[in-house]
Amino acid sequence: MVESLLRVVGAGKRYPGGIEALRGANLVIERGEFVCLIGASGCGKSTLLRMIAGFEQASDGEVLMYGRPVEGPGPDRGMVFQDYGLFPWLTVRGNIGFGPAARGKPKAEVARIAERFITMMGLERFADVYPHQLSGGMKQRVAIGRVLANDAKLALMDEPFGALDAMTRERLQEELLAIWRATDLSVVFVTHSLEEAIYLADRVVVMSPGPGRIVAEERIELMRPRDVSSPEFNVIRRRLGALLHADHAREAA
Amino acid sequence: MSATVETGAAQPTLADAPSLRMVSRRPLALVLPFVLIGLWWYGTADRPDGLIPSPPAVGIALWDLAFGGIYDDAFSQMLLPDLIASASRVYGAFLLAAVVALPLGMLIGRLEIVRNLLEPTLQLLRPIPVTAWLPLSMIVFGLGPRSAFFLVALGAFYPILVNTVFAVRSVEPRLFEAAQMLGVSPARLFPKVVLPASLPGMFTGLRVGLGFAWVVIVVGEMTGVQTGLGAMIMDARQLSRTEIVIAGMAVIGLAGFLSDLAIQALGKRLLAWSPLHG
Repeated sequence: MVESLLRVVGAGKRYPGGIEALRGANLVIERGEFVCLIGASGCGKSTLLRMIAGFEQASDGEVLMYGRPVEGPGPDRGMVFQDYGLFPWLTVRGNIGFGPAARGKPKAEVARIAERFITMMGLERFADVYPHQLSGGMKQRVAIGRVLANDAKLALMDEPFGALDAMTRERLQEELLAIWRATDLSVVFVTHSLEEAIYLADRVVVMSPGPGRIVAEERIELMRPRDVSSPEFNVIRRRLGALLHADHAREAA
Repeated sequence: MSATVETGAAQPTLADAPSLRMVSRRPLALVLPFVLIGLWWYGTADRPDGLIPSPPAVGIALWDLAFGGIYDDAFSQMLLPDLIASASRVYGAFLLAAVVALPLGMLIGRLEIVRNLLEPTLQLLRPIPVTAWLPLSMIVFGLGPRSAFFLVALGAFYPILVNTVFAVRSVEPRLFEAAQMLGVSPARLFPKVVLPASLPGMFTGLRVGLGFAWVVIVVGEMTGVQTGLGAMIMDARQLSRTEIVIAGMAVIGLAGFLSDLAIQALGKRLLAWSPLHG
């Protein structure tokens, strides 16, 4: 049997002071899969993502990449942050070439890689511009390009389009899907928009707070491009919405 | 994928703004100096016995300081040598302060053990004014230029240190995460992230420090040095040559101002990426 790209086995996270952010999470990501994590705030979706990234260690259970425990952040798991996290002192070109350069690739190769991903992300006109001169959508393109340029096998995206306006968000969703289709990239995408999750994902993982845990998983079989106003789409939206809201109702009671 | 980018950068309209700003800002900046000189002139005109000399008297003194030919006394033509003496002390002491304060600030900012070891003592010494160090400095370093150098360096030291500590401590944690997930090992975070990210803050410290070096140059040159604008002002004061005192003040102000413009221009060049400096 081929080892899965990533396996999360019974992972839990307790912070000092007793707050339990995540309990008993099991999740498998296969090569090339696009998985969305969705849930209300406090459901542990960001904690789970940060554990996969290696920024936080699990208190229970483990996270395995290619069957080996994740012990810290690494270039095989690239993260795209909601607040971009671009290096302000580097141009778009420098940001995209940062990973390859940091890992010691020769200058000429770094330049070639940077050029390729600048083109892929449609950033040619902004290649020599600094991040503070860019719009939010452009910054997020750079952040995605930087992860791709670094050969990441798994892109971890923490509400990456949450701070963008609706038009830019829709456009970036399209572009992300196009890139994902054209490469062997796998994606774990955290969002609190059910529509975004169903629109993007092969599989939606529904999480719930108090303590954070995974409550359901649903494979989305709709053909792409998906129509958010189609009846089939809305059937799924209602079903997953009920799962999400069941929890709110219970809390309110 | 499509590579169209109408929702582009927020820059084009700013491109021609600086030149516009310069034009409208310069005349505005001259209003206050003219008003002050006008008031000074009005207050001192027709009072030959007044203690404060009038602007023309200071202007004549300045001319004589620069070129001689009017009074031809001990002060004549001394402006350039005094200016050079002071400027070399200011820049020399500033460089010394920077060479000590920048690395020290980085260590205090990043290493808890160094912070705990040094910061309380340094903070305790910080409020002591440079003027108060004058007697002790003259005992330790003797009368003359070494004492002056020490005092000016002390004046420049704390702004650089404090800003550097703050700069390296306030690097956004997100940038460490970004660098690590791109393959930077913890040991290399300092050169790859901390150093570049804190350059604007350090630069601010250098700018303030250089300004302070000019501020304390007169105190520094109260240590019995023979040359320098501070020494000139002290000598003139003892001889009640107030017009030379004021001329010296004007030259220090102008020199510090030009020096600040120069370092700002340097910052604009080197830190084009920073919204604060670029």
